[in-house]
Amino acid sequence: MLNYVIRRLLLMMPTMLGITIISFAVIHLAPGEPIDQMTNLNPKISAAAKQKMRKMYNLDKPIPVQYMLWLKRFVKLDFGRSFSPDARAVIDKITERIPITILINVLSLAIIFVLSIPIGVLSAIHPNSWFDKGGTLFVFLGFSTPGFWLALLLMILFGVVLGWLPISGIRSINYYQFSDFGKVVDVARHLILPVLISSITSLAFLSRITRQNMLEVVRQDYITTAMAKGCSARAVYYRHALRNALLPIVTIIGFSIPGLIGGSVITESIFSIPGMGQLFYASVMSRDYPLVMGILVIGSALTLIGNLVADISYALADPRIKYE
Amino acid sequence: MSSDRSASFWMLVLNRLRKDWFAIAGGAIVLLLLTVAVLAPVIAPYDPGSVETARLLEPPSADHWLGTDELGRDVLSRMIYGARISLMVGFIAVGIATLIGVIVGAVSGYYGGWVDELMMRFVDVMLTFPSFFLILAVIAMLEPSIVNVMIVIGITGWMGVARLVRAEFLSLKERDFVAAARSIGQSDAIIIFRHILPNAMAPVLVSATLGIAGAILTESALSFLGIGVQPPTPSWGSILTEGKNYIEFAWWLSLFPGLAILFTVLGYNLLGESLRDALDVRLN
Repeated sequence: MLNYVIRRLLLMMPTMLGITIISFAVIHLAPGEPIDQMTNLNPKISAAAKQKMRKMYNLDKPIPVQYMLWLKRFVKLDFGRSFSPDARAVIDKITERIPITILINVLSLAIIFVLSIPIGVLSAIHPNSWFDKGGTLFVFLGFSTPGFWLALLLMILFGVVLGWLPISGIRSINYYQFSDFGKVVDVARHLILPVLISSITSLAFLSRITRQNMLEVVRQDYITTAMAKGCSARAVYYRHALRNALLPIVTIIGFSIPGLIGGSVITESIFSIPGMGQLFYASVMSRDYPLVMGILVIGSALTLIGNLVADISYALADPRIKYE
Repeated sequence: MSSDRSASFWMLVLNRLRKDWFAIAGGAIVLLLLTVAVLAPVIAPYDPGSVETARLLEPPSADHWLGTDELGRDVLSRMIYGARISLMVGFIAVGIATLIGVIVGAVSGYYGGWVDELMMRFVDVMLTFPSFFLILAVIAMLEPSIVNVMIVIGITGWMGVARLVRAEFLSLKERDFVAAARSIGQSDAIIIFRHILPNAMAPVLVSATLGIAGAILTESALSFLGIGVQPPTPSWGSILTEGKNYIEFAWWLSLFPGLAILFTVLGYNLLGESLRDALDVRLN
């Protein structure tokens, strides 16, 4: 098992290198030079100061050289300093924003996993029942609804009309006066809507996939055999069929991670959550290149880690996989 | 595949679709939208840009069926013109993605070896980016505009098609008709595009249909964030963005464009899913 993990980790290296190359290329797509945004708006900056700045960010060197210099610092997790007035280290800005984004995504994944499997399995066991039809309707509406629009409607409904839930930020103004338990409840109340919004598309998608997988597995010979030898329907479905139907789901959950992390831009912007998505949106809008680059690379690294976890779970769940 | 055999194959598919309730509903929505988009200047009751300062933020009425916006423009007319934008973005973005995906997938699957290895590695890298991050970064770097939105959704969305086409090519290239074509000395280009590709199009068609749904959603999300289609061009996403500031007292500005996006995307999803069943392809 350890060998398998190490081999997978080594395989991640070239992918990571590719990610840095593409991110670097994206930054250099922009017309003009990266420091324009900082300097053009400030009439006090002289040509000499501009030149100094170019030197400071290595912009006076050819692009491949710039990339190699960037890569050398990247290995030490040094992404340089933000172009914003605070000029803080990019890595610090990202690390303080990451926990809330990861929390929301992990909660979303948990909800997706816990709900989509029973919905899919029950739909497949009772095809064409009312539950199945309702489930199908939910699935199609779920992956056709624009998340930001649903978020607006839910904010109005639960936040303004009913007044049940807070609609922005992650804690109340009087958070620090609460007991420990009260603090947890307060954050949880703030997270209900964002987590719901970020999980709905994948939830619909995975329910559908689970249903399809289950329907296919149920048609296999070994299921007929189990039925023929007199197993109860319950045992056949839950012991023989479910486990095989679930295997591909593990991989697909891995695939849905880039979508989830990407979606955090929208969720966090709408609900004013100070996470990585909101930071990314702000950095892109202000052309804070070191920060854009840092978040692109770290966001992708999170995806790679998610995929690795999915692959390891797959290997653990499927006894046919040999990880030597 | 001879022409009469393929004709009967498509007849079979059409017959299956005609019996499928999903396909009928999806097809109806898609046709309705195409009609609305094409006939926009004829059916829109008002000019989408004409400002009526005396009638700001009016709720739905007999004059303005879906109300007016903060500049007194007719919401229905703006949404009818918005249908053009959504469909154009959907078709062109998916066209670009499909073109790139088919070429990469065909070359990868047909030639195999290091070409395949290199291209599939590239696909892996592209799939590792949180999709929306990449789109957002590229558009913001290039300046937001409708053309850039279409191009960027296209160049960040071809990887699925490439994998599908590659998989089809891997099995099709071993078939007898390919060996036959090669034995009479036909070039690789002819074998790839004339002989193999037509047989690999079924999954491409399904994924393109579903892709249009995705592209429309992405465009609306970008416009919602203010970096998609720029005002005053009406797109459903941008009408929503302008409307969200007034959501507490002018709900019609936020409700109707959202519903339009939902039904359009639903239409393509229903059509795509029933095409998948009718063509009997697996995408996963």
